[in-house]
Amino acid sequence: MQTTIDQLRIGQSATITDFDIEVIPLKLIEMGCLPGNSVELLQIAPFGDPLFLNINDSYLAIRLETARKIQIELIQE
Amino acid sequence: MSDQNIKVALIGNPNTGKTSVFNQLTGLNQQVGNYPGITVERKQGFCNLPLGFKATILDLPGTYSLNASSLDENVVIELLLNKNDKDFPDVVVVVTDVENLKRNLLLFTQIKDLGIPTILVINMSDRMELKGITLDIPYLEEQLKTKIALVSSRKKLGIDNLKKLIVDYNNVSTEPCLNASSIDPEYFGGLKKAFPNQLLYKLWLVITQDVNFSNLDRKTIETHNFAKSPSDLKRLQQKETIKRYQFINDVLKVGRTIDTENAKDFRSKLDRVLTHKFWGYVIFAAILLLIFQSIFDWSSIPMEFIDQSFASLSSAAAENLPPGVFTDLLSQGIIPGIGGIVIFIPQIAFLFLFISLLEESGYMSRVVFLMDKIMRRFGLSGKSVVPLISGTACAIPAIMATRNIESWKERLITILVTPFTTCSARLPVYSILISLVIPKTRIFGIFNTQGLTLMLLYLLGFGAAIFSAYILNKILKIKNKTFFVVEMPNYKLPLFKNVGLNVLEKTKAFVFGAGKIILAISIILWFLASYGPGHNFEFAEKIVTTSPENANLSEKEMEDAIASYKIENSYIGIMGKSIEPVIEPLGYDWKIGIAIISSFAAREVFVGTLATIYSVGGSDNEETIKSKMQAEVHPITGKKVFNFASGISLLLFYAFAMQCASTLAIVKKETNSWKWPAIQLFAMSVFAYTVALIAYQFLE
Ligand SMILES: Nc1nc2c(ncn2[C@@H]2O[C@H](COP(=O)(O)OP(=O)(O)OP(=O)(O)O)[C@@H](O)[C@H]2O)c(=O)[nH]1
Ligand SMILES: [Mg+2]
Repeated sequence: MQTTIDQLRIGQSATITDFDIEVIPLKLIEMGCLPGNSVELLQIAPFGDPLFLNINDSYLAIRLETARKIQIELIQE
Repeated sequence: MSDQNIKVALIGNPNTGKTSVFNQLTGLNQQVGNYPGITVERKQGFCNLPLGFKATILDLPGTYSLNASSLDENVVIELLLNKNDKDFPDVVVVVTDVENLKRNLLLFTQIKDLGIPTILVINMSDRMELKGITLDIPYLEEQLKTKIALVSSRKKLGIDNLKKLIVDYNNVSTEPCLNASSIDPEYFGGLKKAFPNQLLYKLWLVITQDVNFSNLDRKTIETHNFAKSPSDLKRLQQKETIKRYQFINDVLKVGRTIDTENAKDFRSKLDRVLTHKFWGYVIFAAILLLIFQSIFDWSSIPMEFIDQSFASLSSAAAENLPPGVFTDLLSQGIIPGIGGIVIFIPQIAFLFLFISLLEESGYMSRVVFLMDKIMRRFGLSGKSVVPLISGTACAIPAIMATRNIESWKERLITILVTPFTTCSARLPVYSILISLVIPKTRIFGIFNTQGLTLMLLYLLGFGAAIFSAYILNKILKIKNKTFFVVEMPNYKLPLFKNVGLNVLEKTKAFVFGAGKIILAISIILWFLASYGPGHNFEFAEKIVTTSPENANLSEKEMEDAIASYKIENSYIGIMGKSIEPVIEPLGYDWKIGIAIISSFAAREVFVGTLATIYSVGGSDNEETIKSKMQAEVHPITGKKVFNFASGISLLLFYAFAMQCASTLAIVKKETNSWKWPAIQLFAMSVFAYTVALIAYQFLE
């Protein structure tokens, strides 16, 4: 199922399929946020933002506004 | 041969252990932190290598890639593209973390394209067993076209091997390990033809980064018809990154195996608690509370001891040295001045201890995560928490630590408000004033009221920072894209050697740095207080003894009366008296006025100044600074100078005033203009004066 990172539940994993190339900073890509890589939502900060993710074995947190721009394909359990 | 000096640069992603490797190589210790972005400037050290070689080692700030997106990263690119830089390395050592190899190798492949001999350090090898990681080193060396040193700087393993590789750097390949230009063969082919003598990747970096090197700047290249639109450039950079990752993935698939059974761990459990929406904040608050208790309560025992020792040292000097000007200067100016700073060693050591524990353990990133949403309401970033917390030690490194805040507006606001946080230089002032004007009782049997007052002052500092950030956020019209990525490093048990050395180094720097200023100022003050112009000063003794109102004084009282008459007519007394009208409404006398003025160089000078003035002004050397301040009575009103109203007013003044020349200098450097430090100085001083005025008038 196609969705975006902000729709993940805690503990859920997905594969990154695509993102809006104009708004996603290069730095995020360099940290491993690339189409084809896996992403898992580990934690949501209090008040719902930012999100704590495991992307391709990098542990990082991004804000909701960025997460909304990254498309994913859920991995079926 | 043996006197050859090899220049080595340590480069790597943030938090991979560059500084730890640096410490192992050089033995010259400096800050090591488990918060990405701790090393913000170049640091240099020296190291002896096998066969009599020597090396100069450069520790650089962590960078995720050669595509600079922050100032930290610029430092690295500027060095590597500029062959004429005096620190340009003979060999680059890329430090990686065995647990984050995939991401860390991205930077490695970029550096390989620069044609500099490059050695790969795979650090934290002590974690391999726990994580079930095995590496095929010969295979990796072959694919990555480099030499690899498997190192654990924590366990001191592999350092000798690394030294051998450095000596042998001429045998390390300078070939790139992949052909990144294949992402757009036509474009790069054209570039190559136009600039046959330049490395392709360097040209590419010049085009994308707008940095200059060896007379070749972006304009020259672009006039050759190689200009591209920003979004085309970005697209190409993304393609390049993907290409590099493909290569790395392929290499690691063969060269590394991970036994995933061992993976899921401790960290996720800990994260669940430490970033919990309720417990996360409770724990954070508890940690802050613990810090304040230790600073005020636990350190009072050694402090009293130090205070007493300096008082007896002063009187011993006065009694045992031949009487004269020099002895007076020593016993009344220098010793009390230095004592005024040495006494704060316990508190400052505690403060640095906690801050380096927080950084080392990886907890700081969790605080960033926890606070981002809240801080954003005030125009700050979650990352502003780090400067605000480390600002409790000193605003200077704190302001430098804002460099990894991606948004310029958030960064500028953080820089402007950081000086409100209670830095260690305010501690001496706070401690002595609190102990004078706040009664010492306990609430609920545990919390000491003086400790609570101190905590309130810290909160007030944070509050002022947050409040002014909110205002600045409304006023400042800076448009920029907000963007935020923070790495969440693994939790690490702090290396106690690192923490201990860090505390020692920082405390020493504080004592000597402040000590120098205080020494100089107390000598100047002592002269100004011991000499005066004209008749009144010269004949002070005669004037006082013959004055009819003093006729009934005892011998001791007479001595004191002479001393205070003298100081009022000394140079400093005259200066102080002339500014008295400005500060009188705040409840201060001219002596405090002098202390405030001299503490514009640095706040901690306040106590030393008063110590000097009171030593010269009184006849008794055995008293401590505190008891002298306690005994000070206003000559006209007859009230204590340090009473509740004036004490609170002073505390508030010091909480808000911008009294630190070094902070202003660093703000100028980081914002690249005098405009911001000037605004800071003006706004903070006016605010401090107003608040202190209101407080005194209200309480009095
Ligand atoms: N387990 C383990 N931890 C290590 C090792 N080397 C360093 N560390 C820890 O890794 C963390 C980061 O170390 P630093 O030396 O500050 O890393 P850095 O690369 O200089 O970081 P920045 O200057 O922020 O880029 C600290 O908590 C160290 O204690 C190692 O060999 N093994
Ligand atoms: Mg470092």
